[in-house]
Amino acid sequence: MPHRHPPESPPAPTAVTAPSKQAHRAGSDLPFLALMGGLGGSYILLILAMLAADMVYTSPAHFAAALAKPEIQFAVRLTLISCTISALLSIWVATPLAYLLSRFQFRGRWLIDTALDVPVVLPPLVIGLSLLILFHLPIAGGNLEEWFQRHLRFRVTFQKPAVILAQFAVACAFAVQTMRVTFDQIDPRAEQVALTLGCRRSQAFLKVVLPQAWRGLIAAFTIAWARSLGEFGPILVFAGATRMRTEVLSTTVFLELSVGQLEAAVAVSLLMVMAAMAVLGIVRLVGAKVH
Amino acid sequence: MIELRNVSIRSGSFVLSDVTLTVPTGGYAILMGGTGQGKTTIVEAICGLRTVERGSVIVGGVDVTRFKPADRGIGYVPQDLALFPTMTVREHLEFALRIRRAARTLIRDRVADLSHVLGIEGLLERDVHHLSGGEAQRVALGRALAFDPQVLLMDEPLKALDETTRDRLCELLRSVQRDRGLTTLHVTHSRTEARALADHLLVIESRRVTERPLTLLATREDHADGSSSSSPGSATRLHERTAS
Repeated sequence: MPHRHPPESPPAPTAVTAPSKQAHRAGSDLPFLALMGGLGGSYILLILAMLAADMVYTSPAHFAAALAKPEIQFAVRLTLISCTISALLSIWVATPLAYLLSRFQFRGRWLIDTALDVPVVLPPLVIGLSLLILFHLPIAGGNLEEWFQRHLRFRVTFQKPAVILAQFAVACAFAVQTMRVTFDQIDPRAEQVALTLGCRRSQAFLKVVLPQAWRGLIAAFTIAWARSLGEFGPILVFAGATRMRTEVLSTTVFLELSVGQLEAAVAVSLLMVMAAMAVLGIVRLVGAKVH
Repeated sequence: MIELRNVSIRSGSFVLSDVTLTVPTGGYAILMGGTGQGKTTIVEAICGLRTVERGSVIVGGVDVTRFKPADRGIGYVPQDLALFPTMTVREHLEFALRIRRAARTLIRDRVADLSHVLGIEGLLERDVHHLSGGEAQRVALGRALAFDPQVLLMDEPLKALDETTRDRLCELLRSVQRDRGLTTLHVTHSRTEARALADHLLVIESRRVTERPLTLLATREDHADGSSSSSPGSATRLHERTAS
């Protein structure tokens, strides 16, 4: 009997079977994401709750009253100026330091790395105390404070320069950390090629590396500014908390609290939050536009 | 001429010692060798990016062993190209001349000439992030050639390019090299590139560089083309056969 092919017909659809017991099923990702969101979100919630509590506690009237005080107006001005100067000084110093640490291997580098951790890990009060001692330690029949007065004709301790120096001493370490990461992430190959094209190291740095480091510079400035704004301990010890002279907003909160003016302290605290958010927002916006 | 006389280079635990090689003036030398043999190290030592412990690096008759990279006058195209991310294509071509404070007219003419030769006139105002592999390669070559060097070093410049682009760039490299009389050292794994370009074949094995006859490339070609010499993997395998 000749073999006959069955007439061609469309293939029957494969039957969809239920997964067997052995088949692996990964299950839902929802519990994981909920846990991550819940844990992470709890911190956001804490921040928002603190701010909300401050806002509920104070009122526009308290706010207006606090802002009307000449001492507080002075503190706002000094805060904005000192934070900006110390942030600028920080990136001015942190950029070369971070670049050297990122690009060169040399003996004793661990010592520099450790020294840079000191302002980060020490209680800020200790930084202030150390500055105070540094400026008044007898050296060669005088001290640093006298040297500044004699040669540069200005006083440091318990004056405005002390505010800036106290802020800078801490903020700069954070700026160095940020710039270090920035330079580590920039491929050194491009600057090496620049060297073969005829550049001195300085030209390779200015023309090839620094333009790539813009985002890091802005981040370092922001971090240094924010650290300076929050600085309190070193300023209290090294610059004092004299109204209309060395009072910045963080000392205002302390001074208002110490005389029982809780409403004013809260109003100034909120003012600091707003100032910080405004500056961070502006700097990030500028950073985004640069790129 | 490029000449290395008994050069020793140390980089951490990696040591290359007594490397001797010569690329005659106007010659196109291909340097081949397995991964980790030190091809890149040799190229970097010639352009001054690695310190030479002993021996001499002589370029154009001048002992440049202790010269800074900037003073060696060598065009260098690295493996990863390392284009400048914040510059346009035009700025790449202008870069070496601006560093040399060349006259504005010279810079303009050189950029026009180079971009024409390299076929990148239409890309001059583009930034380098969205260039194709072949375009980026031409820009890196243009940047290296802009100051009119007599010596060109290229470290696997055509890696990761498709075959058509690679063939076109090989032709371009050959014509640019001939027109300018460039003394060229080109590191590659690819026998196809080597066949298309080499005047001289240098092979590094067991960390020793020796010059081999070009016929070595030709005789192996018969075996090579049977098993397709186009893919980088097969080129490497073939090369390893050459080396072993």
